Amino acid sequence: MTDPPLIQLQDVVKTLGVNRVLDGVNLSIHRGEITAIIGKSGSGKSVLLKHIIGLLEPDGGSILFEGRMRSAMGQPEKKALRQKFSYVFQDTALFDFLTVVENVSLPLAERKGAVPSEIQRRVRDKLSQLDLYDVDHKYPSQLSGGMKKRVALARALVTEPEIVLFDEPTTGLDPIRKNAVHSMISDYQRRFGFTGVVVSHEIPDIFFIAQRVAMIDEGRIRFEGTPEDIQRASDREVRNFIEGLESPRDELTGIASQSIGQQHLRQEMSRLQRHQISFSIVLMSMDNLEDIDRIAGHVASQTVFKLFADHVIQNSYVTDTCFRYAINKIMVVLPDTDEAQARSFCLKISRTMRHSALFDSFDTVRDVCFSVSAGVVQARRDSVLEDLIAAVEEGQTIFYECRK
Amino acid sequence: MLNLVTLKTPVAALGREVLVFTRNLGRLFLFFARGFLLIFQPPFQFDKIRQQIFFIGMKSVFVICLTAGFTGMVLGLQGYYALVKYGSTAALGSAVALSLVREMGPVLTAIMVIARAGSAMAAEIGIMRISEQIDALKTMDINPLRYLISPRIAAALVCFPLLTAIFDVVGLFGGYLSGSALLGVNPAFYFSRAQSSVETVDIIGGFIKSLVFAVVTVTICCFQGYYTHTRAEFGAKGVSISTTSAVVISCVLVLVTDYVLTTFLL
Repeated sequence: MTDPPLIQLQDVVKTLGVNRVLDGVNLSIHRGEITAIIGKSGSGKSVLLKHIIGLLEPDGGSILFEGRMRSAMGQPEKKALRQKFSYVFQDTALFDFLTVVENVSLPLAERKGAVPSEIQRRVRDKLSQLDLYDVDHKYPSQLSGGMKKRVALARALVTEPEIVLFDEPTTGLDPIRKNAVHSMISDYQRRFGFTGVVVSHEIPDIFFIAQRVAMIDEGRIRFEGTPEDIQRASDREVRNFIEGLESPRDELTGIASQSIGQQHLRQEMSRLQRHQISFSIVLMSMDNLEDIDRIAGHVASQTVFKLFADHVIQNSYVTDTCFRYAINKIMVVLPDTDEAQARSFCLKISRTMRHSALFDSFDTVRDVCFSVSAGVVQARRDSVLEDLIAAVEEGQTIFYECRK
Repeated sequence: MLNLVTLKTPVAALGREVLVFTRNLGRLFLFFARGFLLIFQPPFQFDKIRQQIFFIGMKSVFVICLTAGFTGMVLGLQGYYALVKYGSTAALGSAVALSLVREMGPVLTAIMVIARAGSAMAAEIGIMRISEQIDALKTMDINPLRYLISPRIAAALVCFPLLTAIFDVVGLFGGYLSGSALLGVNPAFYFSRAQSSVETVDIIGGFIKSLVFAVVTVTICCFQGYYTHTRAEFGAKGVSISTTSAVVISCVLVLVTDYVLTTFLL
């Protein structure tokens, strides 16, 4: 992290009415990373986001872009900076007097030198990427909440911005769409390399896509670090907040959440050390989710992932623990199982997937290729948990492939 | 000590009110000046101006004709009974035409447009403000004043004089209906007196008034909607109060400026 931060907030103070909403916020946002801002409702997350984009000016402190203070910038420089940003509002803020197509094309159409055919192409691309079909000439009031969210996302991303600020982009969406939005943010970030700041309540899902997490509490940044850091944090406030929000089950797949999984792993480890009962870990990754994203959309890719998770659940025993390890990874802890048995467990899954009618439907999509890799490792008495996880991540080989 | 505080409180309150009033007046002026100048910033927003002309002008034609017709008829009726006492009903044409061109036309047109389009403008912009649509424009680097206010100012400046002209003509025929067709004033006298008494200066005066009313109306209505979020009331309540204030303030200001302008124009 030698690069200077792209955006830096220094002792930012803001009072709205009689409330001191921000009370000396210090935060760094690095280029090409997704920073998640979490915190209780009313803790100033949205206000913080509005300061970053310049909708609100701080009462005290300063906001720096690439080391330059915004307040010291001239008008042309501020304008150039504004064009690098996009903002996804919590309540979508779609223009209710414009149709979906007009809403999405507005940021492009109002720019100098806009070419109508180019605008049309980009708008069409964005709408299809977000699974928005047959809504072109509808008005926002005729759309469902989830659709409005996606139109707002399309409008924010159509300009291909460098920095995108998301204010609770997934609130009110169903689990598949929620995960689709997360995977889309993460996928776009990889493809276009934008810098993202996401205000979110989706714990732990947001940890899968964020490189950094900042928790705001009582107008200050209470914690700043990587998702792994925050999950290990000892600060009682941080722990209470995360544990309070975290559901024991992953919403999309219905399998255990990451923290429950980690807990089981630790329990198995201590069982091994105390009673010499060995266990194995299987890590399965869907490698080519992006291909499905590209061809069939993010909702389809999340549906495939959910179907895959269903197969894993069907083939595991009650005593096994399946949990979501990352956005495209499922880890299974198999107690009292050696490596050979774990491998046959993988084979069983791959066999049922091959014979599954559900997956056949995706085979019919031309050129779709997705594969699942699996890594297997057996824990030994002298094993260290971190080494086991590293080994299982490294040793992944393709065990299922669907190709037309 | 207590007495001093009792004495100071009303003075301080008055001072505060005056300060708020002056600040708002300044903001209002800057709001108009920016909105007006941005009309001329390329690329010109012809399409948006056309849409606003349709909304403010075209959609008001029917209500303006209706109001003008009945206003003219009442003027014809009242004028006839006032003039018949002096046996000079032939002057009915000039009485109706002058009242319409100088006063009734611009003022009533402005008030009807405030009621029909001004209230809608305040409510529309107010809703955009509370639903963060104006903030959304800013985040897209679109100047909300240029996008929302400038086309409305331009359209009002085009529509008000034209609507006033329609009002004058329809009103004149209204006067003819009640004065000549019903009460028997010679139509030839009615129209020739109307033509001879109205001079170019009267028509120009009427148009100047209508242009000033256009500025007053559109600025107040848009301003009230645009700053809805600064009110003590939030949400729908804030928008409803903004709309009411827009209508009341612009109606009152139209009448006040009418008096001031008449003093100068006469």
